[in-house]
Amino acid sequence: MVGEIKIENVGKHFENPDGTTLTALKDVNFEVKAGSFISLIGPSGCGKTTLLRAIAGLNLADEGKVLLDGEPVSKPGHERGFAFQQANLYPWLTIEKNISFGLRARGIYKTNKEEVSKYIEMVGLKGFERAYPHQLSGGMNQRASLARALVGHPKVLLLDEPLGALDAFTRMNMQDEILRIWKEHNMTMIMVTHDVDEAVYLSDQVVIMTPRPAKIEQVIDIKLGRPRARGNHDFLKYRTKILEILNYAGENKEPEYYL
Amino acid sequence: MIGKQVRKWSSIFSIALAIVPDLVIPDSALQPQTEKAWFLLFLYILGGIFLLLCILSFFHKGLSKFLEKNGPLIAGGILVLNIVNIVCSKFALLPVLFFPSLDRVFGVFINDRALMVECILSSGKLLIIGFGIGAVLGFITGILIGFNKHIAYWVNPLTKMIGPIPATSWSPLVLSLFSTSYQAAVFMIALAVWFPVTVMTSSGIQNVQQTYFEVADTLGAGRLYKVFRVGVPAAMPSIFLGLFYATTGSFVTLVTAEMLGCKSGIGWYLNWQKSMMLYANVYAGLILLAVLCNLIIKLLFLLKDRLLIWQKGVIKW
Repeated sequence: MVGEIKIENVGKHFENPDGTTLTALKDVNFEVKAGSFISLIGPSGCGKTTLLRAIAGLNLADEGKVLLDGEPVSKPGHERGFAFQQANLYPWLTIEKNISFGLRARGIYKTNKEEVSKYIEMVGLKGFERAYPHQLSGGMNQRASLARALVGHPKVLLLDEPLGALDAFTRMNMQDEILRIWKEHNMTMIMVTHDVDEAVYLSDQVVIMTPRPAKIEQVIDIKLGRPRARGNHDFLKYRTKILEILNYAGENKEPEYYL
Repeated sequence: MIGKQVRKWSSIFSIALAIVPDLVIPDSALQPQTEKAWFLLFLYILGGIFLLLCILSFFHKGLSKFLEKNGPLIAGGILVLNIVNIVCSKFALLPVLFFPSLDRVFGVFINDRALMVECILSSGKLLIIGFGIGAVLGFITGILIGFNKHIAYWVNPLTKMIGPIPATSWSPLVLSLFSTSYQAAVFMIALAVWFPVTVMTSSGIQNVQQTYFEVADTLGAGRLYKVFRVGVPAAMPSIFLGLFYATTGSFVTLVTAEMLGCKSGIGWYLNWQKSMMLYANVYAGLILLAVLCNLIIKLLFLLKDRLLIWQKGVIKW
Protein backbone atom coordinates (compact mmCIF):
# COMPACT_ATOMS: atom_id res chain seq x y z
CA MET A 1 0.00 0.00 0.00
CA VAL A 2 1.20 3.50 -0.77
CA GLY A 3 0.57 6.86 0.80
CA GLU A 4 2.80 6.77 3.86
CA ILE A 5 3.82 10.16 5.20
CA LYS A 6 6.78 10.79 7.46
CA ILE A 7 7.36 14.18 9.01
CA GLU A 8 10.87 14.60 10.39
CA ASN A 9 11.94 17.60 12.49
CA VAL A 10 9.87 19.97 10.39
CA GLY A 11 10.20 23.66 11.19
CA LYS A 12 8.81 26.72 9.46
CA HIS A 13 9.43 30.40 10.08
CA PHE A 14 7.76 33.49 8.71
CA GLU A 15 9.25 36.93 8.63
CA ASN A 16 7.14 39.66 10.15
CA PRO A 17 6.97 43.06 8.45
CA ASP A 18 8.99 44.53 11.37
CA GLY A 19 11.87 42.12 10.73
CA THR A 20 11.24 39.71 13.60
CA THR A 21 10.72 36.05 12.81
CA LEU A 22 7.65 34.12 13.77
CA THR A 23 8.12 30.43 14.38
CA ALA A 24 5.10 28.73 12.89
CA LEU A 25 6.35 25.17 13.41
CA LYS A 26 9.22 23.74 15.40
CA ASP A 27 10.56 20.18 15.58
CA VAL A 28 7.43 18.49 14.39
CA ASN A 29 7.72 14.73 14.13
CA PHE A 30 5.12 12.16 13.33
CA GLU A 31 4.21 9.38 11.00
CA VAL A 32 1.05 8.67 9.11
CA LYS A 33 0.51 5.04 8.18
CA ALA A 34 -0.61 4.40 4.64
CA GLY A 35 -4.37 4.28 4.40
CA SER A 36 -5.08 5.81 7.77
CA PHE A 37 -7.21 8.84 8.63
CA ILE A 38 -5.49 11.54 10.67
CA SER A 39 -6.92 14.77 12.02
CA LEU A 40 -4.82 17.76 12.97
CA ILE A 41 -6.66 19.71 15.61
CA GLY A 42 -5.92 22.79 17.63
CA PRO A 43 -6.82 26.44 18.10
CA SER A 44 -6.07 28.87 15.29
CA GLY A 45 -2.44 29.90 15.06
CA CYS A 46 -1.11 26.49 16.07
CA GLY A 47 0.40 25.85 12.65
CA LYS A 48 -1.87 23.05 11.52
CA THR A 49 -2.57 24.57 8.12
CA THR A 50 1.13 25.42 7.74
CA LEU A 51 1.95 21.78 8.34
CA LEU A 52 -0.68 20.61 5.86
CA ARG A 53 0.65 23.01 3.22
CA ALA A 54 4.17 21.74 3.86
CA ILE A 55 2.97 18.20 3.18
CA ALA A 56 1.26 19.42 0.01
CA GLY A 57 4.42 21.23 -1.07
CA LEU A 58 2.61 24.56 -1.37
CA ASN A 59 4.95 26.06 1.24
CA LEU A 60 8.11 24.09 1.81
CA ALA A 61 9.42 23.53 5.33
CA ASP A 62 12.49 25.54 6.31
CA GLU A 63 13.87 22.73 8.43
CA GLY A 64 13.44 18.99 8.39
CA LYS A 65 11.82 16.80 5.79
CA VAL A 66 8.43 15.66 4.66
CA LEU A 67 8.59 12.23 3.07
CA LEU A 68 5.94 10.57 0.95
CA ASP A 69 6.66 6.84 0.63
CA GLY A 70 10.29 7.64 1.43
CA GLU A 71 10.62 10.38 -1.21
CA PRO A 72 11.13 13.95 0.05
CA VAL A 73 8.40 16.41 -0.96
CA SER A 74 9.80 19.37 -2.92
CA LYS A 75 6.82 20.72 -4.85
CA PRO A 76 3.06 20.23 -5.18
CA GLY A 77 1.94 17.17 -7.10
CA HIS A 78 -1.21 15.38 -8.07
CA GLU A 79 -0.40 12.38 -5.88
CA ARG A 80 -1.18 14.65 -2.91
CA GLY A 81 -4.70 15.95 -3.48
CA PHE A 82 -5.71 19.07 -1.59
CA ALA A 83 -9.21 20.16 -0.59
CA PHE A 84 -9.21 23.82 0.32
CA GLN A 85 -11.24 25.58 2.96
CA GLN A 86 -13.20 27.37 0.23
CA ALA A 87 -14.38 25.40 -2.77
CA ASN A 88 -12.15 27.54 -5.04
CA LEU A 89 -13.78 26.26 -8.19
CA TYR A 90 -12.84 28.12 -11.35
CA PRO A 91 -15.88 30.32 -12.02
CA TRP A 92 -15.26 30.32 -15.79
CA LEU A 93 -15.53 26.54 -16.05
CA THR A 94 -18.60 24.35 -15.78
CA ILE A 95 -18.82 21.84 -12.93
CA GLU A 96 -17.76 19.02 -15.25
CA LYS A 97 -14.77 20.96 -16.53
CA ASN A 98 -13.79 21.98 -13.00
CA ILE A 99 -13.84 18.41 -11.81
CA SER A 100 -11.90 17.17 -14.81
CA PHE A 101 -9.38 20.06 -14.68
CA GLY A 102 -6.55 17.98 -13.23
CA LEU A 103 -7.06 15.13 -15.69
CA ARG A 104 -7.10 17.59 -18.60
CA ALA A 105 -3.97 19.32 -17.30
CA ARG A 106 -2.18 15.99 -17.16
CA GLY A 107 -3.48 15.00 -20.60
CA ILE A 108 -5.28 11.90 -19.38
CA TYR A 109 -8.86 13.17 -19.63
CA LYS A 110 -9.89 11.23 -22.74
CA THR A 111 -9.11 7.87 -21.16
CA ASN A 112 -10.76 8.80 -17.86
CA LYS A 113 -14.06 10.34 -18.94
CA GLU A 114 -16.07 7.62 -17.21
CA GLU A 115 -14.16 8.23 -14.01
CA VAL A 116 -15.26 11.88 -14.10
CA SER A 117 -18.93 11.01 -14.46
CA LYS A 118 -18.56 8.40 -11.71
CA TYR A 119 -17.29 11.02 -9.27
CA ILE A 120 -19.90 13.55 -10.35
CA GLU A 121 -22.53 11.00 -9.54
CA MET A 122 -20.83 10.05 -6.28
CA VAL A 123 -20.93 13.61 -4.93
CA GLY A 124 -24.54 13.96 -6.04
CA LEU A 125 -24.06 16.46 -8.83
CA LYS A 126 -25.45 14.43 -11.70
CA GLY A 127 -27.46 16.77 -13.93
CA PHE A 128 -25.38 19.80 -12.92
CA GLU A 129 -22.41 19.00 -15.19
CA ARG A 130 -22.99 22.02 -17.39
CA ALA A 131 -23.85 24.47 -14.61
CA TYR A 132 -21.42 27.17 -13.55
CA PRO A 133 -20.28 27.36 -9.91
CA HIS A 134 -22.16 30.61 -9.23
CA GLN A 135 -25.41 28.86 -10.10
CA LEU A 136 -25.00 26.28 -7.33
CA SER A 137 -25.10 26.43 -3.55
CA GLY A 138 -22.00 26.54 -1.34
CA GLY A 139 -22.45 22.92 -0.33
CA MET A 140 -22.73 21.75 -3.92
CA ASN A 141 -19.60 23.70 -4.82
CA GLN A 142 -17.74 22.17 -1.90
CA ARG A 143 -18.77 18.70 -3.06
CA ALA A 144 -17.59 19.49 -6.59
CA SER A 145 -14.31 20.67 -5.15
CA LEU A 146 -13.93 17.39 -3.27
CA ALA A 147 -14.64 15.45 -6.46
CA ARG A 148 -12.01 17.53 -8.24
CA ALA A 149 -9.42 16.60 -5.62
CA LEU A 150 -10.39 12.92 -5.72
CA VAL A 151 -10.84 12.15 -9.40
CA GLY A 152 -7.11 11.94 -10.06
CA HIS A 153 -6.78 9.20 -7.42
CA PRO A 154 -4.23 10.85 -5.14
CA LYS A 155 -2.32 8.62 -2.74
CA VAL A 156 -2.93 11.14 -0.01
CA LEU A 157 -5.81 13.56 0.38
CA LEU A 158 -5.07 16.67 2.40
CA LEU A 159 -8.17 18.40 3.71
CA ASP A 160 -7.89 21.94 5.05
CA GLU A 161 -11.15 22.43 6.94
CA PRO A 162 -13.08 21.72 3.76
CA LEU A 163 -16.33 21.50 5.68
CA GLY A 164 -15.84 24.61 7.78
CA ALA A 165 -18.06 26.78 5.64
CA LEU A 166 -20.99 24.37 5.56
CA ASP A 167 -24.08 24.26 7.74
CA ALA A 168 -24.26 21.56 10.41
CA PHE A 169 -26.47 19.15 8.47
CA THR A 170 -24.63 19.34 5.17
CA ARG A 171 -21.48 18.99 7.19
CA MET A 172 -22.51 15.72 8.81
CA ASN A 173 -23.60 14.32 5.46
CA MET A 174 -20.27 15.29 3.94
CA GLN A 175 -18.39 13.64 6.78
CA ASP A 176 -20.11 10.36 5.98
CA GLU A 177 -19.36 10.96 2.31
CA ILE A 178 -15.67 11.45 3.04
CA LEU A 179 -15.56 8.28 5.12
CA ARG A 180 -17.19 6.34 2.30
CA ILE A 181 -14.69 7.63 -0.24
CA TRP A 182 -11.82 6.89 2.12
CA LYS A 183 -12.92 3.29 2.64
CA GLU A 184 -13.59 2.72 -1.03
CA HIS A 185 -10.24 4.02 -2.25
CA ASN A 186 -7.97 3.17 0.63
CA MET A 187 -6.14 6.46 0.50
CA THR A 188 -4.37 8.27 3.30
CA MET A 189 -6.39 11.18 4.67
CA ILE A 190 -4.96 14.09 6.64
CA MET A 191 -7.55 16.59 7.73
CA VAL A 192 -7.16 19.93 9.47
CA THR A 193 -10.12 20.81 11.63
CA HIS A 194 -11.04 22.83 14.67
CA ASP A 195 -14.08 20.74 15.36
CA VAL A 196 -13.40 18.12 18.04
CA ASP A 197 -16.50 16.08 17.20
CA GLU A 198 -15.50 15.94 13.56
CA ALA A 199 -12.00 14.79 14.48
CA VAL A 200 -13.26 12.00 16.76
CA TYR A 201 -15.94 10.93 14.31
CA LEU A 202 -13.60 10.58 11.35
CA SER A 203 -10.09 9.76 12.50
CA ASP A 204 -7.92 6.79 13.41
CA GLN A 205 -5.60 9.23 15.12
CA VAL A 206 -6.07 12.78 16.35
CA VAL A 207 -2.95 14.94 16.40
CA ILE A 208 -3.42 17.74 18.93
CA MET A 209 -1.37 20.86 18.30
CA THR A 210 -0.86 23.85 20.57
CA PRO A 211 0.27 27.34 19.60
CA ARG A 212 3.28 29.36 20.78
CA PRO A 213 5.47 27.47 20.37
CA ALA A 214 3.62 25.62 17.63
CA LYS A 215 4.16 21.96 18.31
CA ILE A 216 2.44 18.63 18.64
CA GLU A 217 1.05 18.26 22.15
CA GLN A 218 -0.19 14.73 21.93
CA VAL A 219 -1.35 12.07 19.48
CA ILE A 220 -4.45 10.16 20.47
CA ASP A 221 -5.50 6.87 18.91
CA ILE A 222 -9.25 6.69 18.54
CA LYS A 223 -10.07 3.06 19.23
CA LEU A 224 -13.69 3.06 18.20
CA GLY A 225 -15.37 0.80 15.70
CA ARG A 226 -17.00 2.18 12.59
CA PRO A 227 -19.59 3.47 11.89
CA ARG A 228 -19.36 5.63 14.99
CA ALA A 229 -22.26 7.04 16.95
CA ARG A 230 -21.82 10.70 17.78
CA GLY A 231 -23.64 10.46 21.11
CA ASN A 232 -22.07 7.24 22.36
CA HIS A 233 -20.35 7.17 25.78
CA ASP A 234 -16.88 6.26 24.49
CA PHE A 235 -17.17 8.90 21.81
CA LEU A 236 -17.85 11.53 24.44
CA LYS A 237 -14.94 10.29 26.54
CA TYR A 238 -12.53 10.90 23.66
CA ARG A 239 -14.12 14.27 23.10
CA THR A 240 -13.66 15.31 26.72
CA LYS A 241 -10.07 14.04 26.74
CA ILE A 242 -9.16 16.13 23.73
CA LEU A 243 -10.84 19.20 25.17
CA GLU A 244 -8.92 18.66 28.42
CA ILE A 245 -5.62 18.56 26.60
CA LEU A 246 -6.58 21.76 24.80
CA ASN A 247 -7.62 23.31 28.15
CA TYR A 248 -11.20 23.89 27.08
CA ALA A 249 -12.87 21.25 29.25
CA GLY A 250 -13.45 23.61 32.15
CA GLU A 251 -13.70 20.75 34.66
CA ASN A 252 -11.93 22.31 37.57
CA LYS A 253 -13.65 25.62 37.27
CA GLU A 254 -15.94 26.74 40.06
CA PRO A 255 -19.29 27.91 38.79
CA GLU A 256 -19.63 31.65 39.15
CA TYR A 257 -23.18 31.36 40.39
CA TYR A 258 -25.54 28.63 41.46
CA LEU A 259 -29.12 28.23 40.46
CA MET B 1 -49.34 51.59 -16.09
CA ILE B 2 -49.85 55.15 -17.36
CA GLY B 3 -46.24 55.99 -16.54
CA LYS B 4 -45.07 53.14 -18.76
CA GLN B 5 -47.19 54.34 -21.67
CA VAL B 6 -45.86 57.88 -21.23
CA ARG B 7 -42.29 56.62 -21.30
CA LYS B 8 -43.04 54.55 -24.36
CA TRP B 9 -44.65 57.34 -26.37
CA SER B 10 -42.39 60.15 -25.12
CA SER B 11 -40.05 59.82 -28.11
CA ILE B 12 -42.91 60.39 -30.55
CA PHE B 13 -44.13 63.32 -28.53
CA SER B 14 -40.64 64.84 -28.58
CA ILE B 15 -40.35 64.32 -32.35
CA ALA B 16 -43.69 66.08 -32.87
CA LEU B 17 -42.50 68.85 -30.60
CA ALA B 18 -39.48 69.31 -32.87
CA ILE B 19 -41.46 69.18 -36.12
CA VAL B 20 -43.87 71.98 -35.12
CA PRO B 21 -41.33 74.84 -34.68
CA ASP B 22 -39.42 73.70 -37.76
CA LEU B 23 -42.59 74.09 -39.83
CA VAL B 24 -43.89 77.25 -38.14
CA ILE B 25 -40.77 79.39 -37.73
CA PRO B 26 -39.04 80.41 -40.99
CA ASP B 27 -35.31 79.72 -41.35
CA SER B 28 -32.99 82.63 -40.64
CA ALA B 29 -31.81 84.40 -43.78
CA LEU B 30 -28.25 84.25 -42.41
CA GLN B 31 -28.07 80.46 -42.80
CA PRO B 32 -27.28 79.24 -46.32
CA GLN B 33 -30.25 77.43 -47.85
CA THR B 34 -30.17 73.70 -48.46
CA GLU B 35 -31.87 72.02 -51.43
CA LYS B 36 -34.16 70.07 -49.06
CA ALA B 37 -35.20 70.41 -45.41
CA TRP B 38 -33.00 67.47 -44.39
CA PHE B 39 -33.58 67.80 -40.66
CA LEU B 40 -37.34 67.81 -41.16
CA LEU B 41 -37.01 64.76 -43.39
CA PHE B 42 -34.92 63.09 -40.68
CA LEU B 43 -37.63 63.85 -38.11
CA TYR B 44 -40.36 62.47 -40.37
CA ILE B 45 -38.46 59.22 -40.95
CA LEU B 46 -37.57 58.85 -37.26
CA GLY B 47 -41.16 59.64 -36.29
CA GLY B 48 -42.44 57.04 -38.72
CA ILE B 49 -40.06 54.40 -37.38
CA PHE B 50 -41.00 55.05 -33.76
CA LEU B 51 -44.71 55.14 -34.53
CA LEU B 52 -44.35 51.73 -36.12
CA LEU B 53 -42.30 50.43 -33.17
CA CYS B 54 -44.84 51.74 -30.67
CA ILE B 55 -47.70 50.04 -32.50
CA LEU B 56 -45.75 46.78 -32.83
CA SER B 57 -44.87 46.94 -29.14
CA PHE B 58 -48.47 46.07 -28.28
CA PHE B 59 -47.76 42.62 -29.67
CA HIS B 60 -44.14 42.22 -28.59
CA LYS B 61 -43.06 42.26 -24.94
CA GLY B 62 -39.36 42.76 -25.59
CA LEU B 63 -39.94 45.72 -27.87
CA SER B 64 -42.26 47.24 -25.29
CA LYS B 65 -39.58 46.90 -22.60
CA PHE B 66 -37.00 48.47 -24.92
CA LEU B 67 -39.21 51.49 -25.60
CA GLU B 68 -40.13 51.93 -21.96
CA LYS B 69 -36.46 51.93 -21.06
CA ASN B 70 -35.05 54.04 -23.87
CA GLY B 71 -38.05 56.25 -24.76
CA PRO B 72 -37.22 59.17 -22.43
CA LEU B 73 -33.55 59.08 -23.46
CA ILE B 74 -34.41 59.31 -27.15
CA ALA B 75 -36.96 62.04 -26.37
CA GLY B 76 -34.25 63.97 -24.55
CA GLY B 77 -31.87 63.63 -27.47
CA ILE B 78 -34.48 64.90 -29.89
CA LEU B 79 -35.22 67.79 -27.53
CA VAL B 80 -31.56 68.83 -27.64
CA LEU B 81 -31.64 68.72 -31.48
CA ASN B 82 -34.87 70.72 -31.36
CA ILE B 83 -33.23 73.47 -29.29
CA VAL B 84 -30.14 73.46 -31.51
CA ASN B 85 -32.40 73.76 -34.54
CA ILE B 86 -34.26 76.74 -33.07
CA VAL B 87 -31.10 78.50 -31.90
CA CYS B 88 -29.01 77.91 -35.03
CA SER B 89 -31.37 77.59 -38.00
CA LYS B 90 -34.37 79.60 -36.96
CA PHE B 91 -32.88 82.59 -35.17
CA ALA B 92 -29.15 82.26 -36.01
CA LEU B 93 -28.23 83.32 -32.49
CA LEU B 94 -24.72 81.88 -32.88
CA PRO B 95 -22.18 82.66 -35.65
CA VAL B 96 -23.45 80.75 -38.68
CA LEU B 97 -19.96 79.83 -39.87
CA PHE B 98 -19.22 77.72 -36.79
CA PHE B 99 -22.79 76.69 -36.05
CA PRO B 100 -24.38 75.53 -39.29
CA SER B 101 -28.05 74.63 -39.47
CA LEU B 102 -29.00 71.01 -38.84
CA ASP B 103 -30.37 70.89 -42.39
CA ARG B 104 -26.84 71.40 -43.66
CA VAL B 105 -25.31 68.88 -41.24
CA PHE B 106 -27.83 66.20 -42.13
CA GLY B 107 -27.52 67.09 -45.79
CA VAL B 108 -23.83 66.14 -45.69
CA PHE B 109 -24.73 62.52 -45.03
CA ILE B 110 -26.78 62.54 -48.25
CA ASN B 111 -24.55 64.61 -50.51
CA ASP B 112 -21.19 63.22 -49.36
CA ARG B 113 -22.36 59.66 -48.88
CA ALA B 114 -20.08 58.04 -51.47
CA LEU B 115 -17.02 59.75 -50.02
CA MET B 116 -18.11 58.90 -46.47
CA VAL B 117 -18.49 55.21 -47.25
CA GLU B 118 -15.02 55.27 -48.76
CA CYS B 119 -13.71 57.01 -45.62
CA ILE B 120 -15.37 54.47 -43.34
CA LEU B 121 -13.82 51.62 -45.29
CA SER B 122 -10.31 53.02 -45.28
CA SER B 123 -10.49 54.10 -41.63
CA GLY B 124 -11.91 50.69 -40.79
CA LYS B 125 -8.99 48.99 -42.51
CA LEU B 126 -6.49 51.18 -40.68
CA LEU B 127 -8.23 50.56 -37.37
CA ILE B 128 -8.43 46.80 -37.81
CA ILE B 129 -4.72 46.53 -38.69
CA GLY B 130 -3.58 48.90 -35.95
CA PHE B 131 -5.97 47.56 -33.34
CA GLY B 132 -5.11 43.97 -34.18
CA ILE B 133 -1.37 44.50 -33.91
CA GLY B 134 -1.70 46.59 -30.74
CA ALA B 135 -4.09 44.19 -29.03
CA VAL B 136 -2.03 41.07 -29.79
CA LEU B 137 1.24 42.72 -28.70
CA GLY B 138 -0.47 44.18 -25.62
CA PHE B 139 -1.86 40.78 -24.69
CA ILE B 140 1.57 39.17 -25.04
CA THR B 141 3.35 41.93 -23.10
CA GLY B 142 0.67 41.83 -20.39
CA ILE B 143 1.03 38.08 -19.96
CA LEU B 144 4.83 38.32 -19.82
CA ILE B 145 4.69 41.10 -17.21
CA GLY B 146 1.99 39.29 -15.28
CA PHE B 147 3.83 36.02 -15.01
CA ASN B 148 7.52 36.82 -15.08
CA LYS B 149 9.04 38.91 -12.30
CA HIS B 150 12.19 39.74 -14.27
CA ILE B 151 10.25 40.95 -17.29
CA ALA B 152 7.95 42.92 -14.97
CA TYR B 153 11.01 44.56 -13.39
CA TRP B 154 12.39 45.78 -16.70
CA VAL B 155 9.28 46.35 -18.79
CA ASN B 156 6.91 47.82 -16.20
CA PRO B 157 8.78 51.13 -15.86
CA LEU B 158 8.88 51.36 -19.64
CA THR B 159 5.13 50.96 -19.99
CA LYS B 160 4.64 53.48 -17.20
CA MET B 161 6.84 55.99 -19.04
CA ILE B 162 5.42 55.44 -22.51
CA GLY B 163 1.81 54.87 -21.50
CA PRO B 164 0.74 58.35 -20.43
CA ILE B 165 2.23 59.98 -23.55
CA PRO B 166 -0.52 60.34 -26.16
CA ALA B 167 0.33 58.10 -29.09
CA THR B 168 -0.19 61.01 -31.46
CA SER B 169 2.62 63.04 -29.93
CA TRP B 170 5.09 60.53 -31.36
CA SER B 171 4.26 61.70 -34.87
CA PRO B 172 7.56 63.55 -35.63
CA LEU B 173 9.63 60.54 -34.54
CA VAL B 174 7.30 58.04 -36.13
CA LEU B 175 7.34 59.81 -39.50
CA SER B 176 11.10 59.60 -39.68
CA LEU B 177 11.15 55.95 -38.56
CA PHE B 178 8.66 54.55 -41.04
CA SER B 179 8.99 54.69 -44.79
CA THR B 180 5.31 55.39 -45.45
CA SER B 181 2.85 57.55 -43.57
CA TYR B 182 0.41 54.64 -43.58
CA GLN B 183 2.83 52.54 -41.56
CA ALA B 184 3.25 55.48 -39.22
CA ALA B 185 -0.52 55.71 -38.76
CA VAL B 186 -0.76 51.97 -38.07
CA PHE B 187 2.06 52.26 -35.55
CA MET B 188 0.41 55.09 -33.64
CA ILE B 189 -2.94 53.31 -33.41
CA ALA B 190 -1.20 50.10 -32.37
CA LEU B 191 0.66 52.05 -29.67
CA ALA B 192 -2.57 53.63 -28.42
CA VAL B 193 -4.13 50.17 -28.15
CA TRP B 194 -1.04 48.41 -26.82
CA PHE B 195 -0.78 50.42 -23.62
CA PRO B 196 -4.24 49.88 -22.06
CA VAL B 197 -4.32 46.24 -23.15
CA THR B 198 -0.88 45.62 -21.61
CA VAL B 199 -1.71 47.32 -18.34
CA MET B 200 -5.12 45.74 -17.90
CA THR B 201 -3.87 42.28 -18.89
CA SER B 202 -0.91 42.33 -16.51
CA SER B 203 -2.86 43.82 -13.61
CA GLY B 204 -5.67 41.36 -14.25
CA ILE B 205 -3.22 38.47 -14.03
CA GLN B 206 -1.46 39.85 -10.98
CA ASN B 207 -4.80 40.17 -9.22
CA VAL B 208 -5.83 36.56 -9.80
CA GLN B 209 -6.29 35.02 -6.39
CA GLN B 210 -3.31 32.88 -5.45
CA THR B 211 -5.47 29.89 -4.49
CA TYR B 212 -6.50 29.44 -8.13
CA PHE B 213 -2.88 28.69 -8.98
CA GLU B 214 -2.42 26.56 -5.88
CA VAL B 215 -5.42 24.45 -6.85
CA ALA B 216 -3.85 23.95 -10.29
CA ASP B 217 -0.53 23.03 -8.63
CA THR B 218 -2.07 20.34 -6.47
CA LEU B 219 -3.90 18.95 -9.50
CA GLY B 220 -0.65 18.54 -11.39
CA ALA B 221 -0.95 21.38 -13.93
CA GLY B 222 2.21 22.54 -15.67
CA ARG B 223 3.37 26.14 -15.99
CA LEU B 224 1.95 26.88 -19.44
CA TYR B 225 -1.31 25.23 -18.53
CA LYS B 226 -1.55 27.48 -15.49
CA VAL B 227 -0.84 30.58 -17.59
CA PHE B 228 -3.42 29.91 -20.29
CA ARG B 229 -6.07 27.90 -18.44
CA VAL B 230 -6.05 29.72 -15.11
CA GLY B 231 -4.34 33.11 -15.37
CA VAL B 232 -5.76 34.27 -18.69
CA PRO B 233 -9.40 33.26 -18.13
CA ALA B 234 -9.36 34.71 -14.62
CA ALA B 235 -7.96 37.97 -16.02
CA MET B 236 -10.45 38.06 -18.92
CA PRO B 237 -12.80 40.69 -17.40
CA SER B 238 -9.84 42.98 -16.87
CA ILE B 239 -8.50 42.29 -20.38
CA PHE B 240 -11.85 43.28 -21.84
CA LEU B 241 -11.81 46.50 -19.87
CA GLY B 242 -8.43 47.19 -21.48
CA LEU B 243 -9.94 46.54 -24.92
CA PHE B 244 -12.73 49.03 -24.21
CA TYR B 245 -10.26 51.74 -23.19
CA ALA B 246 -8.24 50.84 -26.27
CA THR B 247 -11.25 51.28 -28.57
CA THR B 248 -11.85 54.87 -27.53
CA GLY B 249 -8.10 55.53 -27.52
CA SER B 250 -7.74 54.18 -31.04
CA PHE B 251 -10.46 56.53 -32.32
CA VAL B 252 -8.79 59.53 -30.73
CA THR B 253 -5.52 58.52 -32.38
CA LEU B 254 -7.17 57.78 -35.71
CA VAL B 255 -8.01 61.42 -36.34
CA THR B 256 -4.43 62.57 -35.84
CA ALA B 257 -2.87 59.55 -37.47
CA GLU B 258 -4.79 60.22 -40.66
CA MET B 259 -3.44 63.77 -40.75
CA LEU B 260 -0.06 62.33 -41.65
CA GLY B 261 -0.52 62.14 -45.37
CA CYS B 262 -3.40 59.68 -45.58
CA LYS B 263 -5.60 60.30 -48.62
CA SER B 264 -8.77 58.88 -47.16
CA GLY B 265 -10.48 58.08 -43.87
CA ILE B 266 -12.73 59.79 -41.37
CA GLY B 267 -9.86 61.59 -39.66
CA TRP B 268 -8.57 62.76 -43.00
CA TYR B 269 -12.10 63.91 -43.91
CA LEU B 270 -12.43 65.89 -40.67
CA ASN B 271 -9.10 67.62 -41.14
CA TRP B 272 -9.76 68.40 -44.77
CA GLN B 273 -13.20 69.85 -44.12
CA LYS B 274 -11.91 71.83 -41.16
CA SER B 275 -9.19 73.43 -43.26
CA MET B 276 -11.86 74.40 -45.79
CA MET B 277 -14.00 75.86 -42.96
CA LEU B 278 -16.90 73.58 -43.91
CA TYR B 279 -18.13 73.07 -40.37
CA ALA B 280 -21.34 71.32 -41.38
CA ASN B 281 -19.19 68.55 -42.84
CA VAL B 282 -16.99 68.53 -39.75
CA TYR B 283 -20.01 67.98 -37.51
CA ALA B 284 -21.29 65.25 -39.78
CA GLY B 285 -17.87 63.59 -39.59
CA LEU B 286 -17.88 63.83 -35.80
CA ILE B 287 -21.31 62.22 -35.61
CA LEU B 288 -20.08 59.44 -37.86
CA LEU B 289 -17.02 58.93 -35.65
CA ALA B 290 -19.11 58.73 -32.49
CA VAL B 291 -21.61 56.31 -34.02
CA LEU B 292 -18.84 54.02 -35.33
CA CYS B 293 -16.97 54.00 -32.01
CA ASN B 294 -20.14 53.06 -30.14
CA LEU B 295 -20.92 50.39 -32.70
CA ILE B 296 -17.52 48.77 -32.16
CA ILE B 297 -17.91 48.87 -28.37
CA LYS B 298 -21.34 47.31 -28.78
CA LEU B 299 -19.78 44.50 -30.82
CA LEU B 300 -17.06 44.02 -28.21
CA PHE B 301 -19.75 43.76 -25.56
CA LEU B 302 -21.53 41.04 -27.51
CA LEU B 303 -18.22 39.17 -27.74
CA LYS B 304 -17.61 39.71 -24.01
CA ASP B 305 -21.05 38.37 -23.07
CA ARG B 306 -20.27 35.32 -25.14
CA LEU B 307 -16.88 34.68 -23.57
CA LEU B 308 -17.69 35.77 -20.04
CA ILE B 309 -21.02 34.05 -19.73
CA TRP B 310 -19.85 32.89 -16.30
CA GLN B 311 -19.92 36.39 -14.90
CA LYS B 312 -22.60 38.39 -16.58
CA GLY B 313 -22.58 42.10 -15.88
CA VAL B 314 -19.16 42.24 -14.22
CA ILE B 315 -17.96 45.08 -16.45
CA LYS B 316 -20.06 48.23 -16.35
CA TRP B 317 -19.49 50.76 -19.08
